Amino acid sequence: MYDVIIIGAGVSGCASARELSRYRAKVCVLEKAEDVCCGTSKANSAIAHAGYDAPAGSLMAKLNVQGNRMMERLSQELDFAFRRIGSLVICRDREEMPNLQALYDRGVANGVEGLRIVEQEELRRMEPHISEDAVAALYAPTAGIVCPFGMNIAFAENAAVNGVTFRFDTEVQDIRRTERGWLIETNQGPFEAKCVVNAAGVYADVIHNMVSEQKIRITPRRGDYCLLDKSAGSHVSRVIFALPGKYGKGVLVTPTVHGNLLIGPTAIDTEDKEGVNTTRAGLDQVLEKAGENVKDLPMRSVITSFAGLRAHEEHHEFRIGEVEDAAGFVDCAGIESPGLTASPAIGVMVSEIVRKILQLEENPAFVGTRKGIVNPQEMPMEERRQLIRENPAYGNIICRCEMVTEGEILDAIRRPLGARSLDGVKRRTRAGMGRCQAGFCSPRVMEILARECGKDISEITKAGGASKIVVGVNKDSL
Amino acid sequence: MKTYDIVIIGGGPAGLSAAVSAKKSGTDSILILERDKELGGILNQCIHNGFGLHTFKEELTGPEYAGRFIEQVQELQIEYKLHTMVMDISSDKVVTAMNSTDGLFEIRAGAVILAMGCRERSRGALNIPGYRPAGIFSAGTAQRLVNMEGYLPGRKVVILGSGDIGLIMARRMTLEGAQVQVVAELMPYSGGLKRNIVQCLDDYGIPLKLSHTVVEIRGKERVEGITLAQVDEKGRPVAGTEEEYECDTLLLSVGLIPENELSGGMGVELSRVTSGPVVNESLETNIEGVFACGNVLHVHDLVDFVSEEAAAAGRNAARYVQEAGSRKAQGTDKEAAGRTVEICAVDGVRYTVPSRINTERMEDIQTVRFRVGGVYKNCFVSVYLDEERILHRKRPVMAPGEMEEVKLKREELLRHPDLKAITVKVEEV
Amino acid sequence: MGKRELICIGCPMGCPVTVEMEGDEIVSVSGNTCPRGDAYARKEVTNPTRIVTSTVKVEGGLVEMISVKTKEDIPKDKIFDCVRALKGVTVKAPVHIGDVILADVAGTGVDVVATRNA
Repeated sequence: MYDVIIIGAGVSGCASARELSRYRAKVCVLEKAEDVCCGTSKANSAIAHAGYDAPAGSLMAKLNVQGNRMMERLSQELDFAFRRIGSLVICRDREEMPNLQALYDRGVANGVEGLRIVEQEELRRMEPHISEDAVAALYAPTAGIVCPFGMNIAFAENAAVNGVTFRFDTEVQDIRRTERGWLIETNQGPFEAKCVVNAAGVYADVIHNMVSEQKIRITPRRGDYCLLDKSAGSHVSRVIFALPGKYGKGVLVTPTVHGNLLIGPTAIDTEDKEGVNTTRAGLDQVLEKAGENVKDLPMRSVITSFAGLRAHEEHHEFRIGEVEDAAGFVDCAGIESPGLTASPAIGVMVSEIVRKILQLEENPAFVGTRKGIVNPQEMPMEERRQLIRENPAYGNIICRCEMVTEGEILDAIRRPLGARSLDGVKRRTRAGMGRCQAGFCSPRVMEILARECGKDISEITKAGGASKIVVGVNKDSL
Repeated sequence: MKTYDIVIIGGGPAGLSAAVSAKKSGTDSILILERDKELGGILNQCIHNGFGLHTFKEELTGPEYAGRFIEQVQELQIEYKLHTMVMDISSDKVVTAMNSTDGLFEIRAGAVILAMGCRERSRGALNIPGYRPAGIFSAGTAQRLVNMEGYLPGRKVVILGSGDIGLIMARRMTLEGAQVQVVAELMPYSGGLKRNIVQCLDDYGIPLKLSHTVVEIRGKERVEGITLAQVDEKGRPVAGTEEEYECDTLLLSVGLIPENELSGGMGVELSRVTSGPVVNESLETNIEGVFACGNVLHVHDLVDFVSEEAAAAGRNAARYVQEAGSRKAQGTDKEAAGRTVEICAVDGVRYTVPSRINTERMEDIQTVRFRVGGVYKNCFVSVYLDEERILHRKRPVMAPGEMEEVKLKREELLRHPDLKAITVKVEEV
Repeated sequence: MGKRELICIGCPMGCPVTVEMEGDEIVSVSGNTCPRGDAYARKEVTNPTRIVTSTVKVEGGLVEMISVKTKEDIPKDKIFDCVRALKGVTVKAPVHIGDVILADVAGTGVDVVATRNA
């Protein structure tokens, strides 16, 4: 019997788990995938939004601004990559200036600091590659970029160190009320908890509707992205948004914390909650629209494309709170953009709700800091030499595009909630995320995973489940 | 900081040949830096035969061909470091490298030979839509898994791209028990050698579909199928021509890209056509004393030509350090003797290597290699010195997949003291 | 009268060569532009042969597998017999280039030899 079961190990589930680990409670996170950060949290714009988008007075607006303010400190405490680089919303038509002004006003009402409308000339100076027809922009210095995997994994590891249990490959099939709380049926057997947090992303409606008569609906809204090589990473130095208007919503162009350039997303509603397939039309749209606000994009440098699903709730609002007709069942649903930005604040809000329900007491043993995987590339030469002397594995490069060493990969596998698959290693270390897209390093990472996990290479997967990399040995069918 | 006369980045076919040649040209202080666990580079996984017909007058497999050069490197007692990644090269030729025994270290080089080879284009570079399941491999990755590690990447295979690695892998996978259903090629012609089309596809009844590409990848966890479609002359899929294939594996053999991140980092000028360094007759880049050869310079189809080119780079690097030594003794700067003439690649010739020639410093017979941009039948390769045509050679067929060459004679160039440009072109008549 | 259509592999031209046969007798070779095409076609229709390359497991070496080849050409229709004969073959390091891995593979009289050291 757990005090709390959180369904979903995405960024909101893990932020909630980490905040709940501040209290004396038995907490378990159930995740249907083989790792944390496998759904919406892994495929998004990786932006810390300033907070001028959501309507004034909405929960979305409040948590966005709060979450944004928490980023710096949290990124230091939990050691994940975050850079406050600012954002620009580009207006390309004088007639649309009132919309830009409205965005400014909304931002001010939402409590966003430092907002300013910059005119053409200043805009050019700030971003030389901005489109010729840009007339003005809304500058938000508080916007930033974050490593979505880094943040999600940091929350999870810190939660695990503070006593939260994680169960992977565990898919919730049914939830029933019991006298003592809730019984959760899964493909790995039943789990019981006094309180349940529904942080199931695009499946949050399915989970919610298992316990409540007040049905909700989450529509997966697909976003296609293209990622460009690091050689294109400084094409812009801030997050560049299009002003939503008569030309549609537009796509963003942004550097990533790792120095790539990211463009996207599209917004295509789908029925398929696993439908993360990019389409020709979607990718074409990304490439075309990205060029509207930013000129001379080096499209030859695209190294990969991907799609993510936003968990769009029909009222476009976060649904966070105890469900009216299901006491002890807390929704954390409809977490779409700016969900990543808001997640630190979401975690606090969810844990506060649960704390009140269960009357939880503080956990005096809580450790609020966590060290990430060391990045030798950021070390001064002498420090790096010392690291290799202490552990020669840090001298052995495995991923040559991203210059990831064996030491980092071993750390990714051995640490709490360690990586079990190629994608797991990739999200933690960036091995395989570079321009050759794992062509060179995947056989080597497979070897290390097999050795560390005591498995045969044929058992190693790309991302758990049936995603095996090799299917047999030479001549086995001859 | 340790110092070597010549530091060679990469111990594959180019690096090995450059080292042997530099040593034989009288330079003793040479170091090869290789990132893998053995010398030989990609040849070690190319276990098929057909290597060395030009160099050794016999047909060898890749590892055998590499073995011949490795033996020479060992006999000549040329130093090398394995498991060693070069992290950075500064424009004044300080090489920063790393391995687990020496840690992070710096070496000052008198001359640097860039021989890092190339990498394969990935699915991402093609922007093929669909899911991102397991089972999509570049042909070279599959080759490594099968040939070096003994694992079968899949049982039902579709191959996109008819470059030589793709063709070779069609046969390899077949002979290891996989069923290769089709090889699709975007272009109306194959980029691979004829011999490979016959012996890797026709021998096993594997169809080659020209002007076709993959328009969809199915399967969320592991590849379950793909859709091929015909493409029009601009390479765009033609609606209504889609054909579905059930398969668990998609191999990509869609091009090679010279691996020039280190070169770019040190300020070497790169060609937009080849993605390799722009070099002169000595295969020297815009940075004095930095040479390039092999697939890092431009992608080759035959290793024999890589060895030949790298041998020239090795000779030239040795000459450079020897001359630098004597200049130092005499206290003089590098003399700017002779004149440098640009080679213009026009009318079907996409690029030339080298792209400029110093008429004083070129060898008596200078090989100029190039590729054409399309398939040409019964055309001529012509070389002009300014307006004068000095070469007009009939070629029954030329294709982008086969590297071409012309040879320029030094004495002929010297007869044109006011020479402004050398032009290499394809002519119909 | 039988006909065989081939593509010559002698050079990049890839001439389409037609061989007319009367039983096992070659009546004519056409379509080739040079004598190499003629020679190739005659060999290919009467006695097609190939070098076969493959891998076998090696124990105690730096690598898991070593590459091997038939020392000479074997008949084309023996290719699969040859690789089947190599199934399950494991050798012990040290192995040197040229060492015989499997003698007289599939009754061809040709040895399979190592093509790398291990």
